[in-house]
Amino acid sequence: MPLIRTPNIPDPDGFYEALIHAQRGLSDEQADMLLTKLVLILANQVGDRAVLDQALALARDNTLQAGGA
Amino acid sequence: MLKTYRFPEYAYRQRAAQREGRVERHPVVIIGAGPVGLSAALDCAARGLPVLLLDDNNSVSQGSRAVCYAKRSLEIWQRLGLGEALADKGVRWQVGKVFHRSELAYQFDLLPQAHHRMPAMINLQQYHLEEALVAACEAQPLISLNWKHKLVALEQGADGIALQVETPDGRFEIQADYLLACDGAGSDTRRMLGLDFQGQVFQDRFLIADVVMKADFPTERWFWFDPPFHPNQSVLLHKQCDGVWRIDFQLGRDADPAEEKKPEKVIPRIQAMLGPEVEFELEWVSVYQFACRRLQQFRHGRVLFVGDSAHQVSPFGARGANSGVQDADNLGWKLQAVLQGRASPALLDSYHAERAAAADENILNSTRSTDFISPKSRASLRLRNAVLELARSEPFARPLVNSGRLSMPTHYAASPLNTPDEAPFDSAMAPGSPCLDAPLANGDWLLRHLGRGFTLLSFGELPPQDLVPALVVGRDIADPQGLLRERYDGQPGTVYLIRPDQHVAARWRGFDPAKVRAALRRALAQE
Repeated sequence: MPLIRTPNIPDPDGFYEALIHAQRGLSDEQADMLLTKLVLILANQVGDRAVLDQALALARDNTLQAGGA
Repeated sequence: MLKTYRFPEYAYRQRAAQREGRVERHPVVIIGAGPVGLSAALDCAARGLPVLLLDDNNSVSQGSRAVCYAKRSLEIWQRLGLGEALADKGVRWQVGKVFHRSELAYQFDLLPQAHHRMPAMINLQQYHLEEALVAACEAQPLISLNWKHKLVALEQGADGIALQVETPDGRFEIQADYLLACDGAGSDTRRMLGLDFQGQVFQDRFLIADVVMKADFPTERWFWFDPPFHPNQSVLLHKQCDGVWRIDFQLGRDADPAEEKKPEKVIPRIQAMLGPEVEFELEWVSVYQFACRRLQQFRHGRVLFVGDSAHQVSPFGARGANSGVQDADNLGWKLQAVLQGRASPALLDSYHAERAAAADENILNSTRSTDFISPKSRASLRLRNAVLELARSEPFARPLVNSGRLSMPTHYAASPLNTPDEAPFDSAMAPGSPCLDAPLANGDWLLRHLGRGFTLLSFGELPPQDLVPALVVGRDIADPQGLLRERYDGQPGTVYLIRPDQHVAARWRGFDPAKVRAALRRALAQE
């Protein structure tokens, strides 16, 4: 199965709110830790190494292309 | 001298050849009487080869060093007559606990591997192992063990090697057909040939200490990430025999080794770890740095690099000494076949092919462990800590925890000596695999019957043949529990060709002498 690159979450605004909301009351360090754990939890849910490798490549390429600090 | 151990001092004896100014010629000369050189000597001798073993020192290892010996090493030593004594002397363990800060993150069980003769792992101070191996070498008439004999120069010619050896009585020359460099990570032989390693040196330093204490810690492997008594670093605790415990402290990149080794620095560290009420004595302490690297080629003409002289790994996973012993196991029968004229020296190239693949596997595993234990960036550290925090309650995260992947024997899946399968098998014993042991009748074991030469293991009667000595299930050995049949998918008619190092060369669903002959030729690199 290829990595899904089209919208796949039925309620994007609601999901984004939940993502932000999960970090309420956390220090920056705790928020970073939360996101890191989320990556691991979701990666396990996906399981498929080929999809995970495509996701890793996309995140890396997009970050490098965006430049930034 | 340690409280729990008196180091033997072996006598230097001048060789008659040196005294008389003669130049001796030996088929096999081994440099270095550590676990690998001593095992290689015993293996060559068991295969009928006379061995000259030289060591520049006259005692055994200082400190516990390698500590952990895996099942495959014990099986090799069992073939050499020592497996049971070592397994009995060593401390057997199977439970490992991983702590993160002050919490138990996760624990694993190596599981008593049911129906195997040897345990999964033992802990034993290296000096005990070496002393047992030395005693076995001294009892073997084909081995001449020479202490205080230092190789200082060598020259390879077309038909042999000339060695310059230095003893307390001066220098003399010895000639050899083959030289096995078992002289460790700092190999002088490697330097004499001007060879360099390829790989990575890690900057982290580790302190290792042997400590005597009467403590009621269980016989388990305990590993801490970032414990309160040693913040931001890792610590490993292992039980050895005679009440000696081995502790490894990660020190980080900027540690000063001379400073860290001082008792006034070491003792408070250990006290903080064990708690103020525990009494202990420090027996030995050392600081090390490690590398994951190997030689590009393990064979250089008549010189073969074996063990740490050929490859080095991080200590996580006990892959150093264990892989060296498997190197020796791989090489012995090949040298025998070449020296006895049954194979050309090309067979020795397969030593490199098979054992370099094993080294790469060990380096890969131990580098991954190192990256987990000693993260190199803030983001890697955060990922590592996220895994450890999740592992406390979430089973999915536990396989990601990597405090060392313990040494397993390498399957030589891509070996040029293998004959590929022609039929499907429901068994992991594919060509190149190390044979799994299996219980037979009356306390007998499969591996006892394998390893002297090539063997045909047959599940069913064979027609008369004189190609390879046969081991017929039901005639020569019995399989009352059916485990042999299960582990080898031994349907009636199945035949395995097994190498002298107990690895599978080929397997078929029926006996065909032409195929056996071809597989034998291939396993001896004759084609």
